[in-house]
Amino acid sequence: MSDDVTEKMRAIIAEQALIDPTEVSMDATLEDLGIDSLGLVEAVFAIEETFDVQVPFNANDPADSAFDISNVQSMVDAVKALVAQKAG
Amino acid sequence: MRRVVITGQGAVSALGHTAPTTMEGMREGRCAIGPLEMRDVERLSIGIGGQVRSYDEKAHFTRQELTFFDRFTQFALIAGQEAMTQSGLEVDEETALRAGCVVGTSGGGLHTVDDNYRTVYEEGKNRVHPFVVPRLMNNAAASHLSMKHDLRGPSFTVATACASSNHAMGQAFHMIQSGMADVMLTGGSESMLVFGGIKAWEGLRVMSKDGCRPFCKTRNGMVQGEGAAIFVFEEYERARARGADILAEVVGFAMSADASDIVMPNSDGAQRAMAGALQSAGINADEVGYINAHGTGTAANDRTECAAVRAVFGDHADRLMISSTKSMHGHLIGGTGAVELLACIMALRDGVIAPTANHVEGDPECDLDVVPNEARDADVSVVLTNAFAFGGLNAVLALRKV
Repeated sequence: MSDDVTEKMRAIIAEQALIDPTEVSMDATLEDLGIDSLGLVEAVFAIEETFDVQVPFNANDPADSAFDISNVQSMVDAVKALVAQKAG
Repeated sequence: MRRVVITGQGAVSALGHTAPTTMEGMREGRCAIGPLEMRDVERLSIGIGGQVRSYDEKAHFTRQELTFFDRFTQFALIAGQEAMTQSGLEVDEETALRAGCVVGTSGGGLHTVDDNYRTVYEEGKNRVHPFVVPRLMNNAAASHLSMKHDLRGPSFTVATACASSNHAMGQAFHMIQSGMADVMLTGGSESMLVFGGIKAWEGLRVMSKDGCRPFCKTRNGMVQGEGAAIFVFEEYERARARGADILAEVVGFAMSADASDIVMPNSDGAQRAMAGALQSAGINADEVGYINAHGTGTAANDRTECAAVRAVFGDHADRLMISSTKSMHGHLIGGTGAVELLACIMALRDGVIAPTANHVEGDPECDLDVVPNEARDADVSVVLTNAFAFGGLNAVLALRKV
């Protein structure tokens, strides 16, 4: 089930959570991982740099952004959609 | 302790190139935020700001002067001249030694920094103009104001991000109050609307792409502006003796640090700054008729600021007015408190409360009288003006009608 986008995302999230990528479970929330708003903004930046995409994310109200940050899986799905959109 | 009054005001903002035109814009509730015009604007994801338009630097300064004046210095000098002229102050030998200048700015000469980084990094040149350092330095505006008006007393720059101007004006107030000086030119200036400046702010993801709507349920971030406002602060007896037109009295000032987070505001720090300003002025909370809010239009600031006002003012929070003029001129960062002081003077002197423009829908988390969209006539005798900076550094001034 694992793929390139998922592995890179786990690495990005692990870096902010200060844990090993293998410890990042797909249903973990940012809160579970101990990632605060600054960590999230840094992760969004890393995603944009890694995948060369624009993430629709406004730090004023992260929950209301088009980028679904409910858990690791939702973020991976969102990034995959952005990557597909870019390719398409 | 000596009393401190304001005897001159000057400004350059997106709303107007003088203090009266800026105040007129506030009275009209006019939003001066629009599409940015600058080099490489198509590479920015944030395309709006409160830029100073129809401005020709050559109409104000000679070519020789311009080699030394970054845009933020230019704005400070124009506003400073207007303030000095209005005050009617003659700086003789005795006055010069008792007069100083404290100016707030966050970034200093950012146009100079941006232009010259391009020169050396983008264009690959190995030589820059000889006066890059004196143009970009943070204290350039304060130094040129002191030279221009022969102010030979205490002069320096204060840089506390978005609270720079309020911290600067608070220092000027304290210096006159304590007897260290008799006259202070003070306020703030900022021109961060350059490619690198906006690019940096984009990174934080707190900027709005479509407008500045403080306290509104639909708010989605801040919008930057640029400009300056400079005031003449003067010891009261001196001002009265020379028959000066007194615009308002500065009666209190307080500072606090959140000591909690580098970007997220904290209600406790804001409360302590507001309560401290009231205490230092010896005024009761229920005397305050108007608060010029920090009101950036970010989710976090506006919610926290309203909670702090409720905590400090209790039931009186429902009887006072609070507005954010950033909705009209944008957030001038280190210059913002100075331009916003004009709204305080307008409230005290003209009995007109500047509105919060662009208000669409009330937010239960900001349930105060935010004076939506239209200025209001009101008789107020005491006002506060808030500034809460990134880094958790807060500065609040209290003013009274004279």
